[in-house]
Amino acid sequence: MRLAYRERQGIVTEVIVETFRTLAIFGALMTAVPLLVLAERRISAGIQNRLGPNRVGPQGLLQPLADVVKLLFKEEIVPEKADKVLYRMGPLLAFAPAAFAFAAIPVGKDLQIADMSIGVLFVVTVTSLSVYGVSFGGWASNNKFSLLGGLRSGAQIISYESAMGLALISIIMSSGSVGLSTIVEAQKDILHWNVFWQPLAFVIFVTAAFAENNRLPFDLPECESELVGGYHTEYSSMKFAMYFLGEYLAMVVMSALIVTLFLGGWNPGFPLPDGILWTVVSVLAFSTKMALVLFVYIWVRWTLPRFRYDQLMRLGWKGLIPLAMANIVLTGAITALRN
Amino acid sequence: MDARNPETRPDERRGLPKWLFSIYLPAIFKGLYSTFLHLVKAKGHKTFTVRYPEERVTTRKGYRGEHRLKVDELGREKCVACFMCQTVCPAACIRIVAEEAPWPDRDKRPKIFEIDMLRCIYCGMCEEVCPCDAIELTQKFNVVSTTRAEKIYTKEKLLSNYWVLHK
Repeated sequence: MRLAYRERQGIVTEVIVETFRTLAIFGALMTAVPLLVLAERRISAGIQNRLGPNRVGPQGLLQPLADVVKLLFKEEIVPEKADKVLYRMGPLLAFAPAAFAFAAIPVGKDLQIADMSIGVLFVVTVTSLSVYGVSFGGWASNNKFSLLGGLRSGAQIISYESAMGLALISIIMSSGSVGLSTIVEAQKDILHWNVFWQPLAFVIFVTAAFAENNRLPFDLPECESELVGGYHTEYSSMKFAMYFLGEYLAMVVMSALIVTLFLGGWNPGFPLPDGILWTVVSVLAFSTKMALVLFVYIWVRWTLPRFRYDQLMRLGWKGLIPLAMANIVLTGAITALRN
Repeated sequence: MDARNPETRPDERRGLPKWLFSIYLPAIFKGLYSTFLHLVKAKGHKTFTVRYPEERVTTRKGYRGEHRLKVDELGREKCVACFMCQTVCPAACIRIVAEEAPWPDRDKRPKIFEIDMLRCIYCGMCEEVCPCDAIELTQKFNVVSTTRAEKIYTKEKLLSNYWVLHK
């Protein structure tokens, strides 16, 4: 099929625009990760009455860069008895899905890499893939502590993924769509934010998100005190850095998902008129909310102790899943009554 | 204290329904409030970090740092090489070789007075046992050496420490 000159030109422009949009969003995401690592260190220091890294650059802003240089120059050690293929695949698998999932999240008004009609399902499916990285790493290291860490990660994701999915169902029911951009548009002003209409789903989702990100109080796969680092005990140099990066990237993606689903996405709390300026405002609103959620992530980590393994399972299966199911029934009943 | 027993249950739990505590959330919010106070340095919390090159830690009175040998008003070392410190030292880090004193008021003086600072445990027993008040532990603690040999302090080094503040 031959296209007219104008049509061809249109396609070329579109490709260029799309490429830049993707690069911009991905670049912003990759910039957020080192900042988050620094924020984690500074905030934890503040909570523990310390100062944290503040010497490299203004307020320690260049500290992550220095860390990366250090990690790059460190010796890479592969255990002799390790499963070499899986061992190399682990860090990649932990990192890639998190970056991949961000594609479906609307970061601003009309600003999204891919507007999928099944956005929620896509994000949940892809983020849950990152557990393979952790499990493979744990298995391939050929180290009993790593294996335990990987095992725990698998068990944890099975228990908490279901609670998370069930919490999502009530959101899908109330907004009537599986597309993330539709869900955001349904929360056009602050009164329509899902966090006020679905508080129970919010609590369940956030708890499950913490567990899925292996964050305290659910960081059993890592467990410095009993598993000496868990699944990444045997990893060094850039492979370790990839796990680290993947963990924080997953945190960013999960907080973006929480903002999108519950806190109105890019809506600053009032309906936005059209225009490029308002797109900027929406992106700012989105990043502010995301920063707040990430702060809570860090804040909770440095407040709560770790769950014991059986407590974790009890909370997941006996607490969150029945609650989420009850919430679905409740949502259904209210929706039926309102109609 | 048994938290399940209503008699001995902490006050904050009294009169409140039990399920409130089994959902963790009140305790979590309480903990978050507490850490937030630390973060914003409210309610008397403060940062304890010492910004090292600009700020230095100060030692308390009675801190046991590096030793010094004292000198009397004529500039002679007070030590009479009685071997009390060498005998009492639990780490066996003091080595004294005595010689005839050239002065009329005492019989001996140390020819060699060495302390192996790598062995020393800074217990201060040498100071306690010294009959002439000749050896003392100073406040000096931030000492750097690049070789092991440097860590064996000679009499001259210990005497030069006399000018380091004591107490």
